[in-house]
Amino acid sequence: MTAALRFDPIRLPPECEQLRKEVRAFLADEIAAGTFDPHRPVQEDADNREFSRRVGEKGWLGMTWPKKYGGHERSFLERYVVTEEMRVANAPVRRFFVADRQSGPVLLKYAPEHIKMDILPRICRGEICFSIGMSEPNSGSDLFAAKTKATKTDGGFLINGSKIWTTSAHIADYMIAIFRTSPPTKENRRHGLTQFLVNMKAPGIKVNPIDQITGQQEFNEVVFTDAFIPDDHVLGEIDGAWKQATSELAYERSGPERFLETYYTLTELVRAIGSDPDTRSAEGIGRLVAQLHTMRRMSVSVAGMLQAGKEPVVEASIVKDIGTVWEQQLPHRVRDLAAFVDESASNHATLEEMLDFAIKTAPKLTIQGGTTEVLRGIIARGLGLR
Amino acid sequence: MTEPDNIVAETAERIFADLADAQTINHDKSGAWKAPLWQALTESGLPLSWVPEECDGSGTSMAEGFSVLGVAGRAGVSVPLAETMLAGWLLTQGKIKSPEGMMTVAPAGPRDRLTLNADGTISGRARAIPFAKEAKHIAVIAGGSIALVDAGACKIDAGLSLAGDHSDTVHFDKVKPVATAKAPDGVDEKALLLMGALARSLQIAGALESMLGISVQYSGERVAFEKKISKFQAVQHNLAKLAGETSAALAAASSAADAFSHGAPIDDALFLEAAAAKIRCSEAAEKGAAIAHQVHGAIGFTQEHILHRYTLRALAWRDDFGSESYWAVELGRLVAKRGADELWPLVASR
Repeated sequence: MTAALRFDPIRLPPECEQLRKEVRAFLADEIAAGTFDPHRPVQEDADNREFSRRVGEKGWLGMTWPKKYGGHERSFLERYVVTEEMRVANAPVRRFFVADRQSGPVLLKYAPEHIKMDILPRICRGEICFSIGMSEPNSGSDLFAAKTKATKTDGGFLINGSKIWTTSAHIADYMIAIFRTSPPTKENRRHGLTQFLVNMKAPGIKVNPIDQITGQQEFNEVVFTDAFIPDDHVLGEIDGAWKQATSELAYERSGPERFLETYYTLTELVRAIGSDPDTRSAEGIGRLVAQLHTMRRMSVSVAGMLQAGKEPVVEASIVKDIGTVWEQQLPHRVRDLAAFVDESASNHATLEEMLDFAIKTAPKLTIQGGTTEVLRGIIARGLGLR
Repeated sequence: MTEPDNIVAETAERIFADLADAQTINHDKSGAWKAPLWQALTESGLPLSWVPEECDGSGTSMAEGFSVLGVAGRAGVSVPLAETMLAGWLLTQGKIKSPEGMMTVAPAGPRDRLTLNADGTISGRARAIPFAKEAKHIAVIAGGSIALVDAGACKIDAGLSLAGDHSDTVHFDKVKPVATAKAPDGVDEKALLLMGALARSLQIAGALESMLGISVQYSGERVAFEKKISKFQAVQHNLAKLAGETSAALAAASSAADAFSHGAPIDDALFLEAAAAKIRCSEAAEKGAAIAHQVHGAIGFTQEHILHRYTLRALAWRDDFGSESYWAVELGRLVAKRGADELWPLVASR
């Protein structure tokens, strides 16, 4: 009849609990040392080089990668725990998160050996930052529409055009990007895109920051003018990047970061409401916690499938769809409930400040990593409708 | 649809497919199809899944029993399989032998309390007891004891659930039980309520799977504006949302079933699993039923079509063993009492 939807009740193995304790202890030390404030998601210092290095020293970057590249050959589920704890604590993960989640796995799969040996250990040490160049002006989720060109030249390619909405490009050392190496064919719209490793320090690359409505700056426009990329920086098949890019997205779609981005508002609401809530507040909190628990169980389940070597594309899309819709609604539900909180609650000012920030953050949550509409198209395909 | 993952669930799947298919039920308005179905279920030992073999039950594991409830939900039929399983489970906790025939349990809501009198009789009133009118026996928890009561000894005011299934008020007027035993530690009204809530969560998730299946199938058959409606993007997106709600219900219910299968005492983490399952599955039932009917158009609203079997039951099951509002208040109070900094450790405890 329809595709079998499976969300097996995967449990985190005992080694994860030990690891969770270690991560919590590490984060508590960092907080005590003033590295970051867990009650302040508005981090001016979300990009923190020293923190990134210390996380690397702990062995929490490249956790699932082979040891010969500096990795630690641990499980996806162990990595999952580290991600959860970092997110919940509002730790400054910007410098290493993309490289650890997405760029490293792409390099592992498609980069030549000498590049793996050069770059992966540096990611594991928390020394370098990556960004992802997929969207372009007028393309976004529609990867086929990407126009920025890579033209073959002696020993490599010349890039001309621009990428946009590239998170962290202003601090990134490298970008993994797709560029057009030939036009799409009539038979195959997906043809003609190639994935490249771009050294952001190369000449011909200009990064223009784009300010966000939160007051933060993460997004950028990146303009390429005859930027040179050597041949050995091609990742995978020439003209065949479409499949590579979409399987990469499974990693981007189902992790705990896809439902925890506004989580802090719930904690602060519980704090403000106190230990003896009225019925309305109790019900509101109970529903939100039930939804959070369910999202997490779904996300852990997908992590378990990734660990088992499966490619849960539909399940990951479902987690991303309902996870981001949930984290988008969360600050608004918290606001509903906070309307009845006594303004003398000791954390009232913090709650207000957090809500203000979360409500401004919310609009982007269903866009990054594939818009809701695109995800629902993928799910519909999985149901056999397209 | 989910494939059954064990032989017990496969047996249940086969029996429902053979004896409770849409044609059989739709052509028999008298309800005569129920007797052979119950007979086949009984012969297979499914109603006493959770009763050990030495007590004449099937001795099925908790986990396998939970998967049978998922199958029962996918079938969406009106027989007290879940209720008899719960009764057998409760009686076994008191080492009381389960009798033959349909059973149910009381109380089935958070506000009703039954009393065990000094003379060994039971008093009180229990509302919304599923299938009480059809059951031969009621497994009761009252004042720290488990009792087996002959349903015929109680006064029963008939009522109907949203789906038209019996949901009756049972009056225990100094009723003398067939057997009584002291409940072991940890087995009380709350434990029965949580087990019942979990059973209903699994049934709702199963019903949602069926709703998704028949909605996808129908969208590929129905033509409108010269296209199959499955080709309209708006319909695809609605079905994708239904798949999301179904997935959430399946994940929440199977996670709670897994947690309860390990037989640990009911701590905060286990409470979270069961309460969250009932809350989230009930929310999914509401959203899912709306989408399934939207996809089916007016045909889904008719008695002739099987859609109501799943949608109305999924919606009705929200009310049994504590509604989602009730569990949300309880869960919210627990979270508030533990305090803000203990919320994440609770959620991440497994």
